[in-house]
Amino acid sequence: MSTGRSLGAGTVSARTVGVAPAPVAQPPGHYKMSGLLRSEWTKMRTVRSTMWSLALIVVLSIGIGAIATAETRAHWAPGQEFGFDATRVSLIGVFFAQFVIGVLGILVMSGEYGTGTIRATLSATPRRPLVLAAKVAVFGVVALAVSEVVAFVSYFLGQSLLSAPAVHTTLSSPGALRAVVGSGLYLCVLGLFALGLATIIRHTAGAIGAFVAALLVLPIVVAALPSSIANSVQRFLPDAIGRTMISLRTDPHLFTPWAGFAMLCVYTAVLLLIGAVTLVRRDA
Amino acid sequence: MIEARGLTKRYGDKLAVADLSFTVRPGVVTGFLGPNGSGKSTTMRMVMGLDLPGAGTATVNGKRYHDLAWPLHEVGALLEAKAIHPGRSARGHLQMLADTHGIPSRRIDDVLELVGLSEVAGRRAGKFSLGMGQRLGIAAALLGDPSVLLFDEPVNGLDPDGIRWVRNLLKSLAREGRTVFVSSHLMSEMALTADDVIVIGRGRLIVETSIGDLTAQSSQGYVSVRAREPERLRQALEAGGASVVHEHDGSMSVRGLEAQQIGELAGSLQLVLHELAPHAASLEEAFMELTEDSIEFRGESPLSPTDGGTR
Ligand SMILES: Nc1ncnc2c1ncn2[C@@H]1O[C@H](COP(=O)(O)OP(=O)(O)OP(=O)(O)O)[C@@H](O)[C@H]1O
Ligand SMILES: [Mg+2]
Repeated sequence: MSTGRSLGAGTVSARTVGVAPAPVAQPPGHYKMSGLLRSEWTKMRTVRSTMWSLALIVVLSIGIGAIATAETRAHWAPGQEFGFDATRVSLIGVFFAQFVIGVLGILVMSGEYGTGTIRATLSATPRRPLVLAAKVAVFGVVALAVSEVVAFVSYFLGQSLLSAPAVHTTLSSPGALRAVVGSGLYLCVLGLFALGLATIIRHTAGAIGAFVAALLVLPIVVAALPSSIANSVQRFLPDAIGRTMISLRTDPHLFTPWAGFAMLCVYTAVLLLIGAVTLVRRDA
Repeated sequence: MIEARGLTKRYGDKLAVADLSFTVRPGVVTGFLGPNGSGKSTTMRMVMGLDLPGAGTATVNGKRYHDLAWPLHEVGALLEAKAIHPGRSARGHLQMLADTHGIPSRRIDDVLELVGLSEVAGRRAGKFSLGMGQRLGIAAALLGDPSVLLFDEPVNGLDPDGIRWVRNLLKSLAREGRTVFVSSHLMSEMALTADDVIVIGRGRLIVETSIGDLTAQSSQGYVSVRAREPERLRQALEAGGASVVHEHDGSMSVRGLEAQQIGELAGSLQLVLHELAPHAASLEEAFMELTEDSIEFRGESPLSPTDGGTR
């Protein structure tokens, strides 16, 4: 291995011992949010498993929707159109995608702790809330883009598979556009919800456990409660919010789609806020 | 320049660093020494703003780490634990750091070349050997061309060639006027590399000095003497306040008097000397003496010593 190469632009010349080298090409001002955003994007694209997981979400979620709609069409029975929600069936892949996107959101944060990268990150950019904000922004945009692609492709593919005699909807049908756009939004915010959990919990396994508990275990617990209580509580669960968001039908026990979405945003904001506080207060 | 003032860190009820103050000056290599668990890594993490001190402050170039405008241009660090995602390539790791400061990719090529990783820049870091990982960490530390560098056990896992490479690198960085703060267990290595030393034990400062002074002041230094009439000389030396030990090879180890004083004493008594050789304490001996009381994790001696009198 070679040794005597110059170290950096402008620092090679003989220097009096005891005098620190002039900072090299130090730009004016301060490190900026734009740099943090670029860095977070680089982190995401340079780990192959992340890119694979994103591809997995797209392919499998669309595939699940396609299978569900094709099966429905294949076993179509006369009269089935009453109470049939064609939009929901085509968007059913969302219930699979939500777990992958949750795990990805978790890894954005816990992956840094698990590998020690957090120390490199915070050495480069010690303002911790900025780091969290950059992660939220970059992951949020990527998750939203992927989720909306999943939602729209699933929808169009699913509706085209529901050929006569099965019934289908178009984007101009009442509530259809809302459901398609809404399922993408639901996935994106749920991913940020998971990111918030991971900022607090830090460990991948623990955060995934908490996320799955919130999504799968809580509904079971609530369902076991006396129905009077269950009916007033279940509307607050992320899972129930997701169900209303991808459906055209409404359930009197649940929030309306947008009210539910607002609720989910509140949960996510609270988690991220607690996450920011713990991030600042704890040792990295 | 790194300054610690009253740094204190507690983990639960374990006091890892206690009221530690020191200054690391630019232009020299400063060794950071202490037994296992004495708080070296903890101190470095506090300087880097990663661990939050319970009390006291650490500043780099006069500022708290958190307040640095362009941290990578001011401070570079290779810390104890790996800070690299195993699924990311060496270049990817440097790229994500460079992005935060708008450092051009030409600089990434330069540091990869400098540490000798150009060939494997695209390979996943998880496949790297311990030494390659260290080199990548060093590349990351140098990325922003900082004036202050911290290295926690940098030669860990390096082969002899790599160790020499790091030694030369540290020295040349210091020669360029940078502040170089490096912890190590290898005393022989530090003796070759460091100019100044900061020794801690149980989280407290034991001494802050130059290597030369440290070894000179150690009581472990001695003068080896051979004489035609060793018994007479021994009596004279002991009368002069020295302590004398007869060695198996017939020489005497004299402590408490310098070679010059011994020679003059012998001359005044017209005693013939065959050998008069000063032995400075090694850094290791000086270190062991200083930290004797602050070693927390001691291995058991395989054989209990029966005779402490000879060296
Ligand atoms: N994150 C932590 N949580 C709890 N205790 C810790 C933590 N980090 C360090 N310690 C404790 O603080 C003390 C100092 O540890 P530190 O790693 O700083 O020592 P060190 O001088 O670097 O040791 P070594 O030479 O073995 O690397 C040790 O007793 C260690 O057990
Ligand atoms: Mg250590």
